[in-house]
Amino acid sequence: MSLVAKRLALGAVTLFVVSLIIFGAVELLPGDFAEEILGQGATPEAVAAIRQELGLDRTPVTRYFDWLGSAVQGDFGVSFGNQRSVAEQLAPRFGNTLFLALVAACIAVPLALVIGVLAALYRNSIFDKVANMTTLTSISSPEFFVAYILILFLAVMNPVFPSLSNISSDLDFWTRLDRTMLPALTLTLVVTAHMMRMTRAAIINLLASPYIEMARLKGVSPARVIVRHALPNALAPIINVIALNLAYLITGVVVVEVVFVYPGVGQLFVDSVKIRDIPIVQACCLIFAATYILLNLTADVLSIITNPRLRHPK
Amino acid sequence: MSFSLDRRGLLKSGAAAGLLAATGAPLRAQPKSGGTFRLGLAGANTSDSWDGRTHSDSFMIILGHGTVFDCLTEVAADGTLKGELAESWEASPDAKVWTFNLRQGVTFHNGKPFGADDVIESLQLHTAEGAKSAAKPIVSAITEMKKLGDLQVQFTLASGNADFPFLMSDYHLLMYPAGQVEEAMANGIGTGLYKVESFEPGVRALVSRYADHYKTDAGFFDAVEAIAINDSSARMNALMTDQVDAINRVDFKTESLVRRNPRTEVFEVTGNQHYTFPMHTNTAPFNDVNVRQALKYGINRQELVDKILLGHGAVGNDHPIGPANQYFADDLEQATYDPDRAKSLLKKAGLDSLDVALSASDAAFSGAVDAAQLFQASAKDAGINIEVVREPADGYWSNVWLKKPFCACYWSGRATEDWMFSTAYEKGVPWNDSYWENERFNALLLEARAELDSGKRRDMYREMQQLTKEDGGTIVPMYANYVDAHSTKLARPDVIGNLWQMDSSRITERWSFA
Repeated sequence: MSLVAKRLALGAVTLFVVSLIIFGAVELLPGDFAEEILGQGATPEAVAAIRQELGLDRTPVTRYFDWLGSAVQGDFGVSFGNQRSVAEQLAPRFGNTLFLALVAACIAVPLALVIGVLAALYRNSIFDKVANMTTLTSISSPEFFVAYILILFLAVMNPVFPSLSNISSDLDFWTRLDRTMLPALTLTLVVTAHMMRMTRAAIINLLASPYIEMARLKGVSPARVIVRHALPNALAPIINVIALNLAYLITGVVVVEVVFVYPGVGQLFVDSVKIRDIPIVQACCLIFAATYILLNLTADVLSIITNPRLRHPK
Repeated sequence: MSFSLDRRGLLKSGAAAGLLAATGAPLRAQPKSGGTFRLGLAGANTSDSWDGRTHSDSFMIILGHGTVFDCLTEVAADGTLKGELAESWEASPDAKVWTFNLRQGVTFHNGKPFGADDVIESLQLHTAEGAKSAAKPIVSAITEMKKLGDLQVQFTLASGNADFPFLMSDYHLLMYPAGQVEEAMANGIGTGLYKVESFEPGVRALVSRYADHYKTDAGFFDAVEAIAINDSSARMNALMTDQVDAINRVDFKTESLVRRNPRTEVFEVTGNQHYTFPMHTNTAPFNDVNVRQALKYGINRQELVDKILLGHGAVGNDHPIGPANQYFADDLEQATYDPDRAKSLLKKAGLDSLDVALSASDAAFSGAVDAAQLFQASAKDAGINIEVVREPADGYWSNVWLKKPFCACYWSGRATEDWMFSTAYEKGVPWNDSYWENERFNALLLEARAELDSGKRRDMYREMQQLTKEDGGTIVPMYANYVDAHSTKLARPDVIGNLWQMDSSRITERWSFA
């Protein structure tokens, strides 16, 4: 328990550092919100009027601590762009991103585990080689390329799924799932290789240990050896990799969301950076950082639970 | 009684507008009603709102004055002016006092009847303290707004302006219900053909046909779903895979795919949108008209149209008036690429060769840096050495435009000559990006503004275009077309508006399913 508390405290410190870095980085971007929104109409008076209205004329240090003060109390401020509260704007987008991540995870995790186990079982067979090659190819291609290939095969040549993820809150679950399918499949292709190869490697590593040899010698079938004896001991590294990839599903979807016009956090993030809507950019970054920290924490806790030696320290 | 059914008559008296509607024989059968029209649009931002004062990009221009809201007047697809919420209008002989008669029986989407108070309050929004409206110059020219009756408003202008009814069609000047403006801006309550069902800024908008609308020959869809697709490949994909029925801003590089596909069609019009290279006429060497002329003859316009616009445009003639303007002078001598003439002009200026720096960035227009490089290559033969300075896109409009003596720029054009000239060519205005001051031009500008006689105005605007071309500090090498695409499931009207993209941004109003 104390370990969890310690990790959480460390997480908070990390978040603080992240917020500092982000604020600094946004400050370094040329042009501010006033100049971006006015474009060709950026006369000095108009720029000054907007800056004053939004408080952009104060020093960066004052602005940062003002923002931090209210963020700690759960108030992320209002968006520069449309004067709506950041939380109100972010909530539905985050829900959408979570839905996409969940769908992708539901496909990718079982798929990666099964292929990984099978690849370990039939090590160096044709199946192993093909599985390795396809997953490595898909992880090595840029996401947008994978996305366009999927659009070509599953939307243009065989119209199975829509190429446009036109999601809104009033859709029923199945329509929503249908429209989320292509981005989810793209993400699946991108994250599967990592998890699958870790599963395979961890199991193969264990297969060389004496207790597995013992199990084999007493006549247990190869499948049972892997699933019953090897897998539980390989869980810790696998869980770590899965957590890392789940975090990626939430934070790394920017490109995929843009290609499929999926209304998630990533697209909001890009739009906001474009117009220098700092409150939203900051909130998005914090969400991304928090996701990583929480998922890593979960992974650590889970690996402790699955490992009796760590669960009952002497 | 005879009415000439052109702008001339309409300008003097809007009475003809009613006549036009009454006698205008249908050119095609009544379009079919029904269906949900799905639009994939670029130009959406998370900062979008129903506040017309902030509208500047295509998503909100199409949804605002083209769909959910109305203005007092409307530019028809053929370029003539007709009444929208105003039925007719009358000017005093000096074009200073304008009386507008409003349409009867119009209601807002919340049931409130429309009247004179709504007009006055809606226009006052633009001059309110701290308001950031692009239409502020239009409204601040009105010195007095008087309600003569429930359906009659009188405007007194600071100085005569024959184009005043035209200006009232500007997409910023939306009509809101008086006393409920804040609510109307939050929820999108207008008098337009469609009422808002849901709106998520930067994502999508769903609107449905408003049943008791006063326009009976428009608005043929049951509902319109506008989806924000800023990424151009995603937009093209959405049309090709039948996820949307029409898209704006076709990507030139993949345009041939749309043309090849039997289920999709491209529609494009040449309007007033033009790209420019303004030179500061108060700075050497551009203060010499011979140097300005030499540069104008040193640019290969046709090459720019072919290579930068890939043919989707027309050559410009160094003035900002385009084919969508009523007094566009297409009979002026067309400036062509003529290095020898440029060379002799340089000699006249006492120069053997010329070295200038041209600042460009793709923020000015897509392909601006490439255009500057083509300009560099073509000017070399005329003894002009152009050094192309690539500027960062961020902050281009605040740090480069108006500040660097020679740069790239774009204008979407204006509905009237006076509006365009007084925005960027009149002496001393903030956006006069060439710092041009020509006495004759500025005198003509004032004279033409208050002139109601169309024939005289035509002559004056022709002379002004000539002056801009010969003496002005702006090179206008090309007009860029509005290129959009639609599915063949839609029926395309015979005439397509060229004021803005998407049929002057009134596609939801004028189009229907086939």
